[in-house]
Amino acid sequence: MKEVINPPVRNIEDEEYHINIGPQHPSTHGVLRMVVSIQGETVKSLKPHCGYIHRGIEKMCEKDTYQQIIHLTDRMDYLSAHINNHVVCLLVERALEVAVPERVQYIRTIVDELTRIASHQLWWGCFGMDMGGQTCLLYGMRDREKIMDIFEESFGSRLLHSYYTPGGLMGDIHPNFQKRVKEFITYFRKKIHDYDNILTGNVIMQERTKGVGILTKEEAIDYGVTGPIGRASGFSCDVRKYHPYGVYDKVDFKEILGTQGDTFSRYMMRMHEMRESMKILEQLIDNIPAGDYSAKMKAVIKLPAGEYYQRVEAARGELGVYVVSDGNKTPYRMKFRSSSFSNLSALDHMSRGFKIADLIAIGGSLDYVIPDIDR
Amino acid sequence: MNSFFKYFTDIFNGVKSLLKGMSVTGRYFFSPGSIVTQQYPENRKTLKMFDRFKGEVIMPHNEKNQHHCTGCGICANNCPNGSIEIVQDKIETPDGKKERIIDKHIYHLSMCTFCGLCIKSCPSNALSWGQEFEHAVFDRSKLTKILNKPGSSIIKDITE
Ligand code: SF4
Ligand code: SF4
Repeated sequence: MKEVINPPVRNIEDEEYHINIGPQHPSTHGVLRMVVSIQGETVKSLKPHCGYIHRGIEKMCEKDTYQQIIHLTDRMDYLSAHINNHVVCLLVERALEVAVPERVQYIRTIVDELTRIASHQLWWGCFGMDMGGQTCLLYGMRDREKIMDIFEESFGSRLLHSYYTPGGLMGDIHPNFQKRVKEFITYFRKKIHDYDNILTGNVIMQERTKGVGILTKEEAIDYGVTGPIGRASGFSCDVRKYHPYGVYDKVDFKEILGTQGDTFSRYMMRMHEMRESMKILEQLIDNIPAGDYSAKMKAVIKLPAGEYYQRVEAARGELGVYVVSDGNKTPYRMKFRSSSFSNLSALDHMSRGFKIADLIAIGGSLDYVIPDIDR
Repeated sequence: MNSFFKYFTDIFNGVKSLLKGMSVTGRYFFSPGSIVTQQYPENRKTLKMFDRFKGEVIMPHNEKNQHHCTGCGICANNCPNGSIEIVQDKIETPDGKKERIIDKHIYHLSMCTFCGLCIKSCPSNALSWGQEFEHAVFDRSKLTKILNKPGSSIIKDITE
């Protein structure tokens, strides 16, 4: 007689379950795939899979001259394109010990801060949309449009400018530039109250973000998390303060530090940063010195053989570039330390133990840009 | 009693914060003057791009169908992605010397990343930005353009 064996009853409640978020998911803001292991609705662990938009920028840099590399850096973190250009320019200028005219340094600092505000405006809109408020996206985009117009008038394009070049700028600023920036500051000082009224004070948003996705200061340092996310955890890491470039040593601004390290304090950090950036702009915009928009550079730039490292504060944290030169007109090896990549590494740790809906909020507060992760 | 009181203040504060947000959206809803959306393509006739807008690389010609390009090929060398090809031609000048001139300045708009290096590096300022931005076509080959117009020649006099 055959023996009947009953299969053991599976208790699905206790089993872990893997789901894919992305690569085509609106909350990943690009093509990032996250394999999330969940139990019930609680996130147990998370594995990001990068590489969907890898273009091999570092490898492409090895065949390009230093002037040509600039246009590739635009395409890493496209929301802070100017700042990415800046890091390569600074590296070349420091390696060759070129004295960059004052005017260039002022313009670069102003444009960098405008970029930071534009990037945070877009983040604010997307974050609001991740939390379910589509109005935020429209308002964020509307105000960002003002900065886009300033950029378009002066530099010719809206997103990928390639405006900096080793030694200076591609062209001088438009005569309207200063007037428009001042108009923008007056405009945005009013509008940022709307941001607070719509989202910051919103009870649903606060309930969903306070105490969610906590990253302590020690963990932030361990993971190499920088920028607003690191500062929200109390990690003082502003490159503009510690290794000033441009004219950041001449302006007065505060590095605001958070204490909680949760999603809400990351949110607040960027809101504060927009206000601080406007403060920097106000100090600089009337004092742009006259002069050349570029230093005299040789047509072929060759860095002396050796290793170079340069960093700047991009909108999402520290952006570093490491170059090994063998004395040729192209770098032997180029490596970018992108902020989004390091920030993403902490996502697994931050989201463990929280609900899957919290993961979207945490991801939104990380503000990652996928082409910056993959490069 | 305390938690009972907190329950109601929480509800009250929550509703207040929501109303505050709604007042912002409501204000914009009732003030159509603040609408910023451009009605493209209805406004195509009046839409004007900024003078510096980078739409495409063009080679300006004067009214005598002349341009500044000598055919030196520096722009092609400086282009990071090979969007420019120069085809040179040899002519014999009236005094018997051989001279190189431009035959075709081929520009692949489909590969151009609008970095501006060609325009900046051209020693005779033969190139500039055009403001045309409606580049959508059905066939990719239409995006390959020859920038020097047929029958054009070079401006010899620099003052022209
Ligand atoms: S456009 Fe300028 S750089 Fe290019 S071939 Fe003509 S003259 Fe030379
Ligand atoms: S703008 Fe840049 S990519 Fe385009 S043709 Fe000129 S050099 Fe090449």
